[in-house]
Amino acid sequence: MVMLHALDRKLVRDLWRLKAQSLAIALVLACGVAIFLTGLGMVRALEATLQDYYSRQHFAHVFASARRAPLSVVQDVAAIDGVQTVEARITGQVILDLPGRVAPASGRVLSLPEGGPVLNVPLLVQGRLPDPDSDTEVAVTDRFAHANGFRPGDRFAAVADGTRLDLTVTGTLRSPEFLYTVPPGGLMPDDEGYGIIWMPERAAAATFGLTGAFNDLSLKLRRDARLPEVIGRVDAILDPWGGTGAHDRELQVSHSFIKAELDQLRSMSVVMPPIFFGIAAFLVNMVLGRIVALERSEIGLLKALGYRDTEIALHYLMLAALVAAIGIGIGWAVGAWLSSGMSRLYARFFDFPWLVQPHDLDVYALAGLIGLTAAALGAIRAAWGAARLAPAVAMAPPAPPSFRRGHMDALAHWLRLPQTAMMVLRGILRWPVRAGMTALGLSLGVAILAASSAMLDSLDVMMESAFFKSNRQHASLSLAQEVGLDAVTDARHLPGVLVAEPQFNLPVTLHNGARSKRLAISARMPGGDLARTLDVEGRHVPLPEKGIMLSDQLADYLGLVPGDQVLVELSGTRSGQFHVPVAGVTTQYIGIGAYMQMDALAAHLREGPRVTTLNLWIDMAQLPELQAALKETPMLATVAMLTDVRNSFQATISETVQIYSVLFITISVLITVGVAYNGARIQLSERARELASLRILGFTRTEVSSILLGETALLALFAQPLGWLIGAWISWAMVAGFQSDLYTIPLVLTPANFASASLITLAAVAAAALLVRRRLDRADLVAVLKTRE
Amino acid sequence: MSDNATDPAEMVFRTRGLTKIYGGGGTAEVRALDGVDLDLPEGELVVLLGPSGSGKSTLLNIIGGLDHATSGQAWFRDQELTAMTDRQLTRYRRDHVGFVFQFYNLVASLTARENVALVTDVAADPMDPDEALDLVGLSGRLDHFPAQMSGGEQQRVAIARAIAKRPGVLLCDEPTGALDSKTGTAVLAALEQVNTRFGTTTLVITHNAGIRKMAHRVIRFHDGRVVEIEQNATRVSASEIEW
Repeated sequence: MVMLHALDRKLVRDLWRLKAQSLAIALVLACGVAIFLTGLGMVRALEATLQDYYSRQHFAHVFASARRAPLSVVQDVAAIDGVQTVEARITGQVILDLPGRVAPASGRVLSLPEGGPVLNVPLLVQGRLPDPDSDTEVAVTDRFAHANGFRPGDRFAAVADGTRLDLTVTGTLRSPEFLYTVPPGGLMPDDEGYGIIWMPERAAAATFGLTGAFNDLSLKLRRDARLPEVIGRVDAILDPWGGTGAHDRELQVSHSFIKAELDQLRSMSVVMPPIFFGIAAFLVNMVLGRIVALERSEIGLLKALGYRDTEIALHYLMLAALVAAIGIGIGWAVGAWLSSGMSRLYARFFDFPWLVQPHDLDVYALAGLIGLTAAALGAIRAAWGAARLAPAVAMAPPAPPSFRRGHMDALAHWLRLPQTAMMVLRGILRWPVRAGMTALGLSLGVAILAASSAMLDSLDVMMESAFFKSNRQHASLSLAQEVGLDAVTDARHLPGVLVAEPQFNLPVTLHNGARSKRLAISARMPGGDLARTLDVEGRHVPLPEKGIMLSDQLADYLGLVPGDQVLVELSGTRSGQFHVPVAGVTTQYIGIGAYMQMDALAAHLREGPRVTTLNLWIDMAQLPELQAALKETPMLATVAMLTDVRNSFQATISETVQIYSVLFITISVLITVGVAYNGARIQLSERARELASLRILGFTRTEVSSILLGETALLALFAQPLGWLIGAWISWAMVAGFQSDLYTIPLVLTPANFASASLITLAAVAAAALLVRRRLDRADLVAVLKTRE
Repeated sequence: MSDNATDPAEMVFRTRGLTKIYGGGGTAEVRALDGVDLDLPEGELVVLLGPSGSGKSTLLNIIGGLDHATSGQAWFRDQELTAMTDRQLTRYRRDHVGFVFQFYNLVASLTARENVALVTDVAADPMDPDEALDLVGLSGRLDHFPAQMSGGEQQRVAIARAIAKRPGVLLCDEPTGALDSKTGTAVLAALEQVNTRFGTTTLVITHNAGIRKMAHRVIRFHDGRVVEIEQNATRVSASEIEW
């Protein structure tokens, strides 16, 4: 049994007496702690998992591809200074005819070297690896198998370069290369319609006509390797063999998606928590300041009894620390729960085989320390004030707060404001810092909500632009190799095809001075109506007859404006370079792009128009016939059904929107209630006498509460435009922060967003105010008036 | 204990068996008022005397509409206060009652004039706030905030605020309790002035027995009962009262 000192008992009872206010503060603090823990905890878990997975499975550092390179070249690459391991593979796109699936699927074949892979080693999930001597056995990605209900022993057909192969699944795999698998030309994973197929090397070579050759290279580097030099050397070696340019992990699809996600998480865990810690510090400051004011005479008494200044200051600091401890405890619990749940969600989203949870006690300790520091910073002024009160002064009642007449009075009199309104106005002007901080706190609630719903609207605009304005085709067929324009006629003869528009994707590197970007120029026919370039308003901008159009982000990156010349360096099977004028800039939110008219590009290449992709507009009634025909069509590499992608994207988005809406509404309501409730409670405490005398003078409960809540209401109203401004700024910062080659998020600010943010926060203010009003209704009028203040 | 046969119609307050019991149900019962019968005529200045806890404040609170009786009845003119709801009591206070307390209870953020206007804004037939402040001798302090005035001045603002709506009754609980003799006298003079000039029935609770000399009637309380009612044949003015 621990004996509590009298002062400690006072502490515990004070905390109990202030339980509602303390809880409101603790919850705000808990938000900060939880978000900090979740964000940082997940970043660490994902990074540790990624590192562990990559190193165990020997994920390569450099990736390169060529059209067809002899195996002897591998020795040259291995001899490059800094290269530890090289592995050559054969890869190719295939169309899949899956049992029970009407629509064609597509896949990417990867060869399994005879002795087993040494880089990018896949993990066996189920079954066994295919027999190296078999022509028909393959292993597939576990997700693809799962989505299509495949088990070892199941069979499906693939069409590669016009040859139909009957394949048997022997096992399912996971690979560090395919944590996030996006089909070529696709925007998001499609587990059912796109899979990776591992095939024994000999069978793969036969299928793609690459016996004694390879078209895909992975390199593992030594620690001391110089990446740019290695990449330069690899490019030089592969160039004669149709090399398309080596790149590091940053350009590897799966890795770059995970990196982008990690960056977002990291910025969330850095940007959001300070808001909550700041508000919590302000609330502690406000509440503790009032408590010290109320306890003046007790402080005087304690000093008269011989308590030291430090003991008294510590007493009030402890109160703040206890509130912080509650908040930190809640934050730890919620953070632990959230981060384990979210990590599992991420592990499922990205195809991690396991999850490394690093010992993050230090993160918990750091979160706790920051929370305590915030509370202490908030408390220090009040505690210091208590410590400095001279005993004799403390025992005397405080002088009534002094008010002065100012310019506002003339205005108020001119407006004939009632006395009750004057009380509210003068209260705000008398303590402008407190009023300003309260308004700021309330405005942050609005801002967080406005910014989060703006982000969700941005997502809508991105989808609308990408799927309904820019890429309007029902399906995109990519061809296994370049063909002439007669492919368009062939496509138009497929059942159900109403419109077929050709597109030519040419791999290049664009240069402007020192800046360069590797991508594919998309060349299209003039007058095309399916895949279109848009302006910033989402209107169709036809491709210019001459010159190139760049997506706005690409133009920014390269530092180009219309009228400038850009240097186009050909890669892949072509070589050479040419200059082309930038004719315009197009708005594009997903990915980056460069666009030309087919004839213009063909003129630069000095060859006839070529086709690599066909965009189709389909009579949906004939879809099954078309899908059946596509499965038998030679020369197809992949088939992307954009209608399916749209639907799955919209389903994913609406789920995400719901989760985030609930999360952000909760957060902003917690902030708003925390600030409004504490503000109104302090009003009640300070104005108790005035309000009681008004009741005695014959003012009704409603009239009296309107004074009490008037200040809160006025500040809440003032907080709205401020919140909109801050919300717009946060949106802008988030949009800028999320900018990458993968996405450009448009800034979408709508009155409806601001209005709904305001409605929700004002409702939260009203609820907090009603809680305080109930206390006022129960207050004993006479007792209040007969006590000395 | 009722006063002798006076016409009920001329009584501003009447009480019959008025009782207020605090506590009970576990805690010790306190009979703050124990069956008080009282008739108070219109227009008098009445002083209530008695030790702490004798029941005078409780009586003032009940007839002022601030508190409910446990049993018995109380009337203001022909309205039965003990039958009123909270809402009706608020209305009653608003229309008929002026209060003055020991601690002035002014609104710190309003000037003297505005504190009075707080009442005149909502009253049916108020006087001008300036007039009310003039009446208590504060015409020179109209635009001062409470923090800029002495305790006596603040109390006189409170009186001006109480009388500005021309209340039927003025109820004062220890109005001079926190003041020195000089400022206390000024406050008493203001009360006397209101009583004689407007005929406002004025009840004053005090511990200062000297004040009884300015009353028409003095009522002494003890243990929740009225023990003595005395009428002054000759009254002295506030300025002559010794502390």
